[in-house]
Amino acid sequence: MPNYNLNINNIQKSVDTDTDTPLLYVLRDYLELNGPKFGCGLAQCGSCMVLINGRATTTCMLPVSSIGQSKITTLEGLTGTTGKLHAVQEAFVKEQAAQCGYCLNGMVMAAVGLLNKNPSPNELEIKKALELNLCRCGAHSRIVRAVKIAANSFK
Amino acid sequence: MTNFPSESRRRFFKDLGYVSIGFTLFSSCLGEEDQIMAERVPYNDTLPGSMRRENHVNAWLQVLEDGNIRVLSGKVELGQGIRIAIRQVAAEELDMDLDKVEIHLAETGVTPNEGYTGASASIQNSAMSVRYAAATARMELLELASKKLDIKVDELLLYNGRVKVRGSNKYLTFPEILEGVQLEREITTPIQLKKKTEYRYVGKAIPRPDIEKMVQAEATYIQDLRFPDMVHARVVRPTGYESKLVQINASGLKAEVSGVLKIVVLGSFVGVIAQREYQAIKAEKHLKKHTQWTTVAPFPETENLFTRIKKIANKPETIRNEGDFETETIHTQIIKSTYTKPYLMHGSMGPACAIAMFNGEVLQVWSHSQGIYPLRDALASMLEMDLDKIHIISVPGAGCYGHSTADDAATDAALLAIEYPKRHVRVQWSRHDEQSWDPYGPAMIIDLAASLDRNGRINSWKSEVWTDSHSTRPNSDAGTILAARYLEKPFQMKSRGFLAGGHRNADPYYRIPHLMLKAHYYDGPLRVSSLRSLGSFANIFAVESFMDELAEKAGKDPLEFRLEHLDDDRGIAVIKKVMELTASLKSKDGEGIGFAFMRYKNTDAYAAVAAHVSVDKENGKVRVLKLWAAVDVGEVINLDGIINQTEGGMIQAASWTLKEQVTFNPHEVTSTDWITYPILRHSEIPEVEVAIIDRPNEPVSGAGEVPMPPTSAAIANAVYRACGTRVYDLPIRIHKK
Repeated sequence: MPNYNLNINNIQKSVDTDTDTPLLYVLRDYLELNGPKFGCGLAQCGSCMVLINGRATTTCMLPVSSIGQSKITTLEGLTGTTGKLHAVQEAFVKEQAAQCGYCLNGMVMAAVGLLNKNPSPNELEIKKALELNLCRCGAHSRIVRAVKIAANSFK
Repeated sequence: MTNFPSESRRRFFKDLGYVSIGFTLFSSCLGEEDQIMAERVPYNDTLPGSMRRENHVNAWLQVLEDGNIRVLSGKVELGQGIRIAIRQVAAEELDMDLDKVEIHLAETGVTPNEGYTGASASIQNSAMSVRYAAATARMELLELASKKLDIKVDELLLYNGRVKVRGSNKYLTFPEILEGVQLEREITTPIQLKKKTEYRYVGKAIPRPDIEKMVQAEATYIQDLRFPDMVHARVVRPTGYESKLVQINASGLKAEVSGVLKIVVLGSFVGVIAQREYQAIKAEKHLKKHTQWTTVAPFPETENLFTRIKKIANKPETIRNEGDFETETIHTQIIKSTYTKPYLMHGSMGPACAIAMFNGEVLQVWSHSQGIYPLRDALASMLEMDLDKIHIISVPGAGCYGHSTADDAATDAALLAIEYPKRHVRVQWSRHDEQSWDPYGPAMIIDLAASLDRNGRINSWKSEVWTDSHSTRPNSDAGTILAARYLEKPFQMKSRGFLAGGHRNADPYYRIPHLMLKAHYYDGPLRVSSLRSLGSFANIFAVESFMDELAEKAGKDPLEFRLEHLDDDRGIAVIKKVMELTASLKSKDGEGIGFAFMRYKNTDAYAAVAAHVSVDKENGKVRVLKLWAAVDVGEVINLDGIINQTEGGMIQAASWTLKEQVTFNPHEVTSTDWITYPILRHSEIPEVEVAIIDRPNEPVSGAGEVPMPPTSAAIANAVYRACGTRVYDLPIRIHKK
């Protein structure tokens, strides 16, 4: 079985797995991370998002063999080493922007990906950036509000 | 999470490891002033249904070794925030800090058996049982302390986990009072309850601690449970509901997929177990290609569904008949309309998952089922095992909005764990299976007929409903769990044909002299069960759309027309509140505002919803711009919990109303992913605004299902205002000539 050396949350991780294994399963099943979630396996819902070199990307169809030395950040990696939450994480808590919270990983990662590119997005830009991310509980309005608050905290 | 909880409640108590103190030791708190205690008032009313099975304090509440309180609830967390609401109630009655109260949710043999978590009934049942248990516990602790100290109860104060002697530095902690025993008093009225005006937690928007854990990716969901040596399984589902396995050829599997541990074939139930999760997925794909199934009788096609429903339906049952609809409508003009609602799916973001482990004697199951005790009944019946050899632990899953596939995944895991003992077997459903094997919310038809009197008021009304069953939840009939129907000796479900829930809210909550409600059961082509608000969603869509039609016939404003037919002040108040919220709103050309009202189940919470929509003149595309709700659920426990449920419910109902419909061709369900079953995405989400009318002196009722039904009718009525087209069929499709 081939071996992959991955840069995950700034730590080099070594994994032996088949070349076609999607990154999601490497993160969850081999590295026991909880952030990225299995939602559809079809890149249709965004539950499995991580940041790859700072960009929010779905991982459920992305073969591990295509990652190389790209920098992967999961929800776990957003929290600083001192335990300080990222502004987006903080805003989700403050706004209670979840019901079941299963989509929360993807929402947070998509929001961080957006703020990396555009630190002061308007409402339309936020919604556009989160368009792939589905939520069934209907927490959308709180989620968009949380992203706005997080963006404001950067100013 | 790898500690196995013990099998029986007695054992559970022992495991808590109480230290028997043996002699009374006063603790003292120098210089601490007496806290002013909230007044108590006697409660003499009825006790909740959940207390019929469990009416002793220790079934609901335990004092831990460190003096903290553990509350036991038979309900499960589905994202509705039940945990915080129940903790608030317990902390309130015991005058304790909230963080000294923890909660243990549904686990067989440990928590009370509260049936299913559904019907928006957790607050009235579980939270109220805990309220009465906590208040009884308080009395018992005071009396025990009084005896121990030989000081009258009046001279004692109970707060923050101890009983203090008034005007003195002396106190006893709860464990010191109990000395290793639990509170065993029977909960009977009168119960001394804290006066509601003195609440410090109940009624407040206390944040949910679990959200803080979610944002940090702490293990929260069943999907996050991991055990040493856990293996991964997938089930190869048949090609159709009635398909039987003809042949399986697994000879090439191990050459193609690494890590395969076992293939399990039990009649037409096919499972595969592998070392790693993605190996199990590949093995399932391989086996899918190398299995052959019998072909079965085709479904009727979607287009003919409603014609066929009327054809195959049973004769109607008369559910309600007041006055004389038939005679009253002989010589008057009758207004008639027919409304339809398609099959809708639960559409959880996280497909079902379960873990099971069989040690040769006891089967442990971890499940996000809504009813672990009924699931245990079904598993025991399928496996012919004793109930006490099956132990089910509830772990939250993604939101499921009714009876979805969780129990079926647990059944898969149970069957596979028995075939592969002494290892934790994890089953994860695919998106495809989650959507094509879901027990959908049934398609419905509602025929309405009414006549007006000379003052333009409703004189007579008839509702006739066609519905499949709204509950095929697990019970001791093993046919209720999916995989049991495919075993060598298959279990056929016997408990079908149940009408309850189907005609819920089909009889209007308005004052109508002659009122008739009939309901037909039909045995439809698709698997069905409970979806958030059951029949009320379709029935209120019909009733409240029809109210607008009747108001127009009567030449009256739709809201004034509703108010003319309402006697209930709480109903009137929610309508007036939503009128107030939307009073300053002006619709532009191509836009409209619509309203709807409901009292859920005609006995529970009240809601009025307003919708502001636009309809594109070119392509007929409907856009919901904003939704408002005024809701009265009686006494509020967690304010933000209710607001969150209401906001989310309106958005989910808007999605059902605008977009959703389970499609199928003669051979299979074709709504198998988010492209073929689209739901609202961010760019389509309306703004939402919620007003809660708190009625601290009214009984509590649930909020979860309440916003769903009126949202659909409010949107349909707004569409009519915007473009003049009356909506009779969901999802809304405006066809432009």
